[in-house]
Amino acid sequence: MGTSAIDLHGHPEQDPHGHPPGHAHGDDPHHQHHFATMEQQFDTSKIGMWLFLATEVLLFGGLFVGFGLMQNRYPQEFLEAHEHLQRPLGALNTVVLLISSFTMVMGVLSAQRSDKKKLVMYLILTIICACIFLTVKYFEYSHKFEEHLLPPRWYHAQPTDTVRDATGKVSPGYGTFFAFYFMMTGLHGFHILVGIILLAWIAVRANRGEFSKNYYTPVDLIGLYWHLVDLIWIYLFPLYYLIK
Amino acid sequence: MSTQAHTHDDSHGGAGVYVKTLIALLILTVITVGASYIDFGSGNIVIALFIATIKASLVALFFMHLRSEKPVNGVIACAGFLFLGIFLMFCFIDQDSRKDPHPTNLPPLITTPPPPGMPAPMPLAPGEGR
Repeated sequence: MGTSAIDLHGHPEQDPHGHPPGHAHGDDPHHQHHFATMEQQFDTSKIGMWLFLATEVLLFGGLFVGFGLMQNRYPQEFLEAHEHLQRPLGALNTVVLLISSFTMVMGVLSAQRSDKKKLVMYLILTIICACIFLTVKYFEYSHKFEEHLLPPRWYHAQPTDTVRDATGKVSPGYGTFFAFYFMMTGLHGFHILVGIILLAWIAVRANRGEFSKNYYTPVDLIGLYWHLVDLIWIYLFPLYYLIK
Repeated sequence: MSTQAHTHDDSHGGAGVYVKTLIALLILTVITVGASYIDFGSGNIVIALFIATIKASLVALFFMHLRSEKPVNGVIACAGFLFLGIFLMFCFIDQDSRKDPHPTNLPPLITTPPPPGMPAPMPLAPGEGR
């Protein structure tokens, strides 16, 4: 991080950027030698992050397409299966995630203003919101497990299931709904878990005073990741909890 | 030194804009939950996805700063959704061109409530569901 071009190349007189020896890139220790300016370094990181977010959209997108196709194939089963989801809990989690997105963006703002205290506070608030989200998800999941509302292989028919085949077996559509439910909310929950770890890491670094208005790239990038996780939930919530 | 500070600082509008965005998002959440209790037929899903798209746009424009971001980042974000749209469209064109999407190797499904005297339906044996 802190090494300048001179240290790496060992030829201070032939510094490719033409900087005087010992002062390769100003005095910012975060400035890496292969970037001309701090701004270029920041913009490059941002483009990389947005490219990653685009792949995340496509990762979840594949599952959304699969969900849509199966919903088309088993509309009645999906409608009945979604009645087993607890809408108030889904709404609560939506609100929790929206608030966490807000605390995250306030954290980025605090970093831009070199306000270390507020940055750490907002990061901790974001982590708390994420933990509330996962706790609610835990209760939702355990309810599903108790009722055997699981993917087709383990699905136990419910008294409310109306679609069967001629032999009296329930339609595979019910289990399919829960297969998608667990896959998509599970992958999303995994992203929340990763987000908590990243946020904790950023909070520790922020507490050490590593970020200021001159350097807050990690805070900004983790923020972008966090908002994307929120954005995906914004689509998951109506598709699973509110379909008619 | 760095120019990061004055190109990306409070030009976003600061805390006030974020508070307003959060309030808008919470109001939209209440609306979408409320709308789900009213029966609009097939309009329900359209309304729900429309509101979700407004919410996602708010998050992207204000929380993710796409509004004041360098255009290339917006292009990347839009490209992700564009290709997702192409994926979605062709999958549904395919599905809609089929007469009966039910797999032919499974017995046909009948939508009838179980007879009143019938005990709770038997669970599927492992592996039988699909």
